[in-house]
Amino acid sequence: MVMMPVNRMADQTPVTAPGLDPESAWWLGVLAETGPRREAALARLHELLVRVARAEAARRGPRVRITGPELDDLACQAAADALIAITGKLGQFRGESRFTTWACKFAIFEVSAKIGRHFWRHPAVPLDAEDWDRLPDRFGFDPAQEAEWRDLAAALRRAVDDTLTPRQRQVFVALVLNGVPLDALVLELGSNRNAIYKVLFDARRKLRSVLVANGYLRDDSPGNS
Amino acid sequence: MNDWPALDRFLRTDPRDVGCDQAMEMLHVYAEVVAAGGPAEQRYPGIAAHLRACGPCGEDFEGLLAAVRGGAD
Repeated sequence: MVMMPVNRMADQTPVTAPGLDPESAWWLGVLAETGPRREAALARLHELLVRVARAEAARRGPRVRITGPELDDLACQAAADALIAITGKLGQFRGESRFTTWACKFAIFEVSAKIGRHFWRHPAVPLDAEDWDRLPDRFGFDPAQEAEWRDLAAALRRAVDDTLTPRQRQVFVALVLNGVPLDALVLELGSNRNAIYKVLFDARRKLRSVLVANGYLRDDSPGNS
Repeated sequence: MNDWPALDRFLRTDPRDVGCDQAMEMLHVYAEVVAAGGPAEQRYPGIAAHLRACGPCGEDFEGLLAAVRGGAD
């Protein structure tokens, strides 16, 4: 897969802003100091991160079945880890957004990562299971069209078996058939989100190509309408 | 041929997709443009394509956008 780089020049977004907004400049300045002003700023930043992490954990919690003190603990750990990441990466802030927006991103990422870890404490399915019966629910196949989708499902399964690499097949089965969250799979495979996404991206493209070639999906690429 | 819209959507890939690393790197910038009502999709088509296709990054974006709109300061 060739992923397109973000073209900052084309969209007229400078890599380094010519001037920070006053609040962002204040944050950068005070966090570069030593002493009580920096400590107070860190405490204020931590408060913000806790607030954001709690809100994000509450937003996601019901879907991942984490509630109560466990969810709050997850949020507080996420905020603490985000603060460490931020203070270690201050030099990477380029002033393309407000400092607080950049900082909040770390809290969101930490909540994501911690929810991914939580999945394996109570996994719904083993990683190597292969539940093809989930396919109709996963893609909303209409029971009234069972004969047609069974044919499609069989074709998809053949394509998975015949065209995907072992790694692509492993990722497809885990994410699509077994419903393992991508961030949880990343941890299990000792990989990273980008790498797993790329594996799935290539698998999706291959599978669609096979299903189009065999008449199961429409080819609406230019010149085939 | 039948239509299988959910499967078709899932398998369809966008060549502009920048991937997770670049989307995550620029997520704070993208979120501010969206929060301000700016033309985020036109300005960053590769990130927009990625956020549509990648559940985890899309989820992170929604969370960050909520934080920005909630007055993250």
